[in-house]
Amino acid sequence: MTNSDCLKVENLTVNYRQVEALRNITFHVAPKRVTGIIGPNGAGKSTMIKAMLGLIPYQFGSILFHSQPLIQQRQYIAYVPQRSQIDWTYPATVWDVVMMGRVKKTGWLKPFSVMSRVIAKNTLEKVGMSDFCHRPIGELSGGQQQRVFLARSLAQEADIFFFDEPFAGVDQKTEAIIFNIFRELANQGKIVVVVNHDLGESINNFDDLILLNKTLIAWGNKEEVLQEENLYNAYSGKVSFFSHNSKFVA
Amino acid sequence: MLNVLIEPLQYGFMQRSLFMAIVVGIICAVVGSYLMVQRLALLGDAISHSVLPGLAIAFILDINIFIGAFIAGLISTVCINIIRNNSKIKEDAAMGIVFSAFFALGITLITVVQKENKIDLNHFLFGNILGVSFSEVRDTLFIASFVLLIVFFFYKELLFYTFDKLGAESVGLPVNLLDTGLMILIGLTIVASLKAVGVILVLSLLITPPSTAYLLVNRLNQVMLVGVFVGVISSISGMYLSYYFNLPSGPAIVLVATTLFILSFLFSPSQGLITGYFRLKFNQ
Repeated sequence: MTNSDCLKVENLTVNYRQVEALRNITFHVAPKRVTGIIGPNGAGKSTMIKAMLGLIPYQFGSILFHSQPLIQQRQYIAYVPQRSQIDWTYPATVWDVVMMGRVKKTGWLKPFSVMSRVIAKNTLEKVGMSDFCHRPIGELSGGQQQRVFLARSLAQEADIFFFDEPFAGVDQKTEAIIFNIFRELANQGKIVVVVNHDLGESINNFDDLILLNKTLIAWGNKEEVLQEENLYNAYSGKVSFFSHNSKFVA
Repeated sequence: MLNVLIEPLQYGFMQRSLFMAIVVGIICAVVGSYLMVQRLALLGDAISHSVLPGLAIAFILDINIFIGAFIAGLISTVCINIIRNNSKIKEDAAMGIVFSAFFALGITLITVVQKENKIDLNHFLFGNILGVSFSEVRDTLFIASFVLLIVFFFYKELLFYTFDKLGAESVGLPVNLLDTGLMILIGLTIVASLKAVGVILVLSLLITPPSTAYLLVNRLNQVMLVGVFVGVISSISGMYLSYYFNLPSGPAIVLVATTLFILSFLFSPSQGLITGYFRLKFNQ
């Protein structure tokens, strides 16, 4: 896991409003794998993603991709924020939101190209939302809204994908669609990083895990991370896992 | 009927003020749409009240009042940010403190200088559209063209930024620049509208037409277009009402806009209170 295609976070320390949110975090994220960031409430999972994307400042550390700072390579990044950070009453349609994924590629002072429209159409089809193209986003269910944002991130044609709590409040069908697309992205050689609050059955869909609670508890493939001792350290003994036919159950 | 519409136009002052009202109706609806979707209606109020000392000082120093007003608006926004970023005081409280202080300073300055300069505090507070000069119409038209061009050329970036600030920042859009740019557009629009409706009622032209449109349509560009329609209709009807019934122009425009909002609130096909009631009844 040391090749330069990895996303490398080294010694990351983040203070948020004078409180230390994350201390001395080091891990690598490999392409071709679906990586989950897990940990209890307030562990700093979203804070870490935001710091990695340069959305909040960090005090110490480095975040490198291809040996260059990640935030200088924003053209390769797609980020889907938590659903709660979006005003869903905003007057926009599904189409408007997906086209936002093409704004940066289109460039200043230019209208969207035919190619961009084709890409947006295809990504909507992929997440099963083509029929909702002209619907206002506020009229969709939580799962449908999440799929629209997934389509927007796909339209960005990125190499590194960050998803913050994509499964919060979504239906089973959406969860299956989203995990299928994560797998597809990983198979295409992309880096897929997913903040996941839920420790339920869905955890089996990840390849690698990063277990956080203000500091890094463990990282690596999920079998190594989901050890009794690690979980005890992260959740102070409130969660235990049972390995059953190589499936994990909380 | 046609006579009723044409008669006021034989006066030069009515031509100028009607034109002014239409231009102001257009830009207020467009820029106000951004205020509304970002829940910044209060900021519009804060900036409009804060420009008053700028107007007064511009009068004392005999410089263009547009420039004075714009600088005062800018300083007030900076003050709000300084208080918010360096203390426990929240943004709405910071706005309340700064805009009332600027407003008080403005009223004091104008009251002190109004006698020897033959100006009228009421004109600043409520506008004086009937007394608008050719050069003021020209300045307003210039500002309006600038504002509309900026919105047209940066529409997709501003849409992304106002909908999802984190998402926009993550793809590398210059969010601070977009934010400052929007603030400048809002400041310019308010300054351009002062002559028509004054500092107190300009908020109505910024917020009411886009809100009326928001209850009718579902996309930002449609909110802007329908908002412009509502704003222009309000401006024209308000001016005619004021001409024939001898009403103050600014308040007449605002009252027409409010009436249109109430109609939309009650009868919007998808959101209306009364239409909603009947929809429910017939679906049973």
